[in-house]
Amino acid sequence: MTLLTRRGLIGSLGAGAGGLLLSGCDRIVAAPSVKHVVGIGETLTMRAQRLLTNRSALAREFPASDMSPVFRTNGNTMPQSEAYQAHVVHRFADWRLLIDGLVRRPQSLSLAQIRAMPTRTQITRHDCVEGWSAIGKWTGVPLKLLIDAAGALPAARYVVFHCADDFDGDPYYESIDLIDAHHPQTILAWGMNDQLLSVGHGAPLRLRVERQLGYKQAKYVMRVELADSLDNIGSGKGGYWEDSADYQWYAGI
Amino acid sequence: MSDPTDAAADGGNLIYRQCRPVRLWHWINAISVIVMLMSGLAIFNAHPQLYWGQYGANHEVPWFEIGSSGSSGFLRLGPITIPTTGVLGISSGNELAFPALVTIPSSYDLATARQWHFAFAWLLVGGGLLFWLWGFVSRHVQRDLAPTRRELRPAHIWQDIKDHARLRFHTGEGARRYNILQKLSYIGVIFGLLPAMVLSGLTMSPSMDAAWPWLLDLLGGRQSARSIHFICASLLVGFILVHLAMVLLAGPFNELRSIITGWYRLPRETSR
Repeated sequence: MTLLTRRGLIGSLGAGAGGLLLSGCDRIVAAPSVKHVVGIGETLTMRAQRLLTNRSALAREFPASDMSPVFRTNGNTMPQSEAYQAHVVHRFADWRLLIDGLVRRPQSLSLAQIRAMPTRTQITRHDCVEGWSAIGKWTGVPLKLLIDAAGALPAARYVVFHCADDFDGDPYYESIDLIDAHHPQTILAWGMNDQLLSVGHGAPLRLRVERQLGYKQAKYVMRVELADSLDNIGSGKGGYWEDSADYQWYAGI
Repeated sequence: MSDPTDAAADGGNLIYRQCRPVRLWHWINAISVIVMLMSGLAIFNAHPQLYWGQYGANHEVPWFEIGSSGSSGFLRLGPITIPTTGVLGISSGNELAFPALVTIPSSYDLATARQWHFAFAWLLVGGGLLFWLWGFVSRHVQRDLAPTRRELRPAHIWQDIKDHARLRFHTGEGARRYNILQKLSYIGVIFGLLPAMVLSGLTMSPSMDAAWPWLLDLLGGRQSARSIHFICASLLVGFILVHLAMVLLAGPFNELRSIITGWYRLPRETSR
């Protein structure tokens, strides 16, 4: 026997109506045509931001006194691959960064060679897509210098960063276009807060593409590939989060 | 339909009160604001803590937080902690700051929430700018929204507050135009809260921060701006709740008819 109380009835009616409303709303949100229409906003946002803003505008750089006392890690903090873990044990002595794809002179650079290149140090704010921010100091080689060393072919339009970490076997990767790749603050950082980059923050090399959100700042970069299109890389949306969870490729907002 | 010019002074007659651009914008704005509030709550759920200053993450102490520990939800505002199990922090077994019923989408999906938020931001900004433009050109703002010097007298405002508190609304010819509390709240929303939402929202963009650093400086840094964005959204929710309450109290049929068709029946004079 069920005791039907007024409160119970109102509660279950409310939950039922709420459930109907929820499933109706979610069906609208998931419909391909609706996804397409709201996706137009993303393209519009990127175009408008690129139109309104100076493409070489620098992200704010902060004094050391503004740095976060603790810069939290997120995403993967220790790649699972045995090859990577062996590199950690050997302090990346045998590690090489590959630069290939649409380049004239593919490169294979040791960490020592990369550290010997001109460096840029910048104290910038890292904004996670989730909403938190942390300010840290990054030291590394401007990506432009690496691209110039390899010599981009005219057909190249994107720079793809292949990483050592993965989520359930899907490797992390990210990509940016050549406009952001040539920006003076876009560096491959090997140092953070006056120390060598830690494993938690992406050793030996992580991308800093200031003016975009945290998920673009690929950690554990193993290979830099220049490409004319993103279609044949991963599932074709330009990055692990873009492929797996529909995150926006343009992460300027 | 009666002509407004031969309106009976004691009310009861229909007048054409809301012209087409006002009605159109009202509904476009209502849709975009509601979608933005709901998708905004879904975005907030990704990191339901607010801070002051340039930076703020898990190692900093938030001034506002919604969360859960074990099976109980809580809301923390400075030193005050309020239990909110079942509504905030944890609801229907889900550890969500804001419950599924008020977020778009209902389950945790930050990418989709962002997609909706930014798409409807265009509707909000586009519609809002057109309404501003039309409002000044047609003199709707100057004629219908701008308070007169007489209305701004403290005694007049205080009288209107007292009348509203006693649910004595304007009747007859006095109801033809917006009262001073309406004018102030509409102007506050149209020229204060909504632009503050958009500007603080723009500072959530690292790309815009590089282009317009002065805007972020004005708001006191990225995490202060995020807090301001949330506070303005809360004020907007407050406006909507009061607005809807006034619609219900003033007569929902007449009020809805006027914002859908434009025609409004002036309430009859009653003895006060």
